Amino acid sequence: MNWHAVRAIYLFEMARTRRTLLQSVLAPVITTSLYFVVFGSAIGARIPEVGGVSYGAFLVPGLIMLNLLTQSVSNASFGIFFPKFSRTIYELLSAPVSHFEIVLSYVGAAATKSILLSVIILATATFFVPLRIEHPLWMIGFLLLTAVSFSLLGFILGIWADNFEKLQLVPLLIITPLTFLGGSFYSIDMLPPLWRTLTLFNPVVYLVSGFRWSFYGHADVAVGISLGMSMLFLAVFVAIATWMLRTGYRLKP
Amino acid sequence: MHSVISISGLSKTYASGFNALKGVDLDIRQGEIFALLGPNGAGKTTLISIVCGLVNPSAGRVTVGGCDIVRDYRSARAMIGLVPQELTTDAFETVWNTVSFSRGLFGKPPNPAYLERLLQDLSLWNKKDNKLLTLSGGMKRRVLIAKALSHEPQILFLDEPTAGVDVELRRDMWQLVRRLRDKGVTVILTTHYIEEAEEMADRIGVITRGELILVEDKATLMRKLGGKQLTLQLAAPLAQIPPALSNYGLVLAKGGRELVYRYEAEGEDNALVDLLRELAAAGIAFADLHTTQRSLEDIFVSLVSEREPGGEGAR
Repeated sequence: MNWHAVRAIYLFEMARTRRTLLQSVLAPVITTSLYFVVFGSAIGARIPEVGGVSYGAFLVPGLIMLNLLTQSVSNASFGIFFPKFSRTIYELLSAPVSHFEIVLSYVGAAATKSILLSVIILATATFFVPLRIEHPLWMIGFLLLTAVSFSLLGFILGIWADNFEKLQLVPLLIITPLTFLGGSFYSIDMLPPLWRTLTLFNPVVYLVSGFRWSFYGHADVAVGISLGMSMLFLAVFVAIATWMLRTGYRLKP
Repeated sequence: MHSVISISGLSKTYASGFNALKGVDLDIRQGEIFALLGPNGAGKTTLISIVCGLVNPSAGRVTVGGCDIVRDYRSARAMIGLVPQELTTDAFETVWNTVSFSRGLFGKPPNPAYLERLLQDLSLWNKKDNKLLTLSGGMKRRVLIAKALSHEPQILFLDEPTAGVDVELRRDMWQLVRRLRDKGVTVILTTHYIEEAEEMADRIGVITRGELILVEDKATLMRKLGGKQLTLQLAAPLAQIPPALSNYGLVLAKGGRELVYRYEAEGEDNALVDLLRELAAAGIAFADLHTTQRSLEDIFVSLVSEREPGGEGAR
């Protein structure tokens, strides 16, 4: 293992985060706080309890997941896209670094950042709603698994995208709708039967449901299925990223 | 001599169908300065990019210090430093950080003392805390060299090192390359400035249309292909060459005021001395004389143009 390289890339990526602290930390925190104020307090007061908890509290896991997914994808995709765009990637490609080390450092940095954000949002949430976490280890497990999987998805996206438009378009047109329709803001029990069935094709449902279960012990789908699906996403993204690096897809002509 | 890079049957066809390299064989010797010379689009950068791991080869094999660049890429790449042609830098990083980053990336533990010496050698030390975007083009070029040397490579690739570089930096760069060679570093540079190859290189390879058409010691190449020319400024114009001097192949120029004699630089016979003696005997006086050597540029142009018409490279 070339640990010096892993460390160098990881610290480089984290330094990039520090440089853009306002945009990358403050913005999601403010947005999430607004959600709490509007949906949790203002509108939430008129919504009855969902699955035994107040709507405001019900929202917290969903909002954290929403942020975790979008931030993981955008951090990781930008992290690898930008060197490709500025052509500084020549150095990475010419370095004695294995594919695993490249993924570990870029995905590790992106996941670290999105997990930090999730923790900040969780802390912010305690100011607005009463929180309880019934299965903290599961919560951490789902957090890690999702952060790593979707940072990998971002990494894949960053390699695939050959312009800024594509880089923005996928999160905007695919990730955001899937998270909004994936039960971040509601329990899928609230949907008519047809929609409920359709929703089960949305991968985000399993992530949100499992994560929410770790908070309140109430889930839309069995927690084992959530875990299994999370593992499946990880496996699929690992396979795609491995294939990309092995063939040099859009990196090496 | 011991070869440090060994390339055999290397070919590259890009996805577009462009055949950038056609079965190149080349051995780079330990510790030499090798200049790869060729017009734009000849395949110089493709060749370097394959050795450094930026481009996948279509066929052929490359070893660096005995390590296969695909199977044993880690050992192979750790020996190499690459200075790319384009000025590509991370705009928001400082000089110090970007150079430290490169060292780590190539698997070396931090060594601030070495990096300080490196930056001082490249006149970058007082800019170490500057962000890269504030640097001039020449300074960025120096930073790229510092990055390439940050992990103390045994082999340095310089892809068009002096393209768009001012005279001072060019001279600095040449000095640096010589210092590196004295330390035992092998330097491979690509250029389309003949002047550079002539000034720097121990050996020269000429590449055109993806084929390595010649690899030769610079001195041998110059001797073999570089004829010399003697020009005499005559004291009084001549109407025609005296018959006594007819076997020298002399040519009159500038309306008879100049006499031009072409000869091979490596000629063993004393033709030049004989000529001057016979000129004196014939009563032809001259006011001045000078000799010129055919430059590498002339040699290069004639080599490349020989290849141009027809040929399998023509598309």
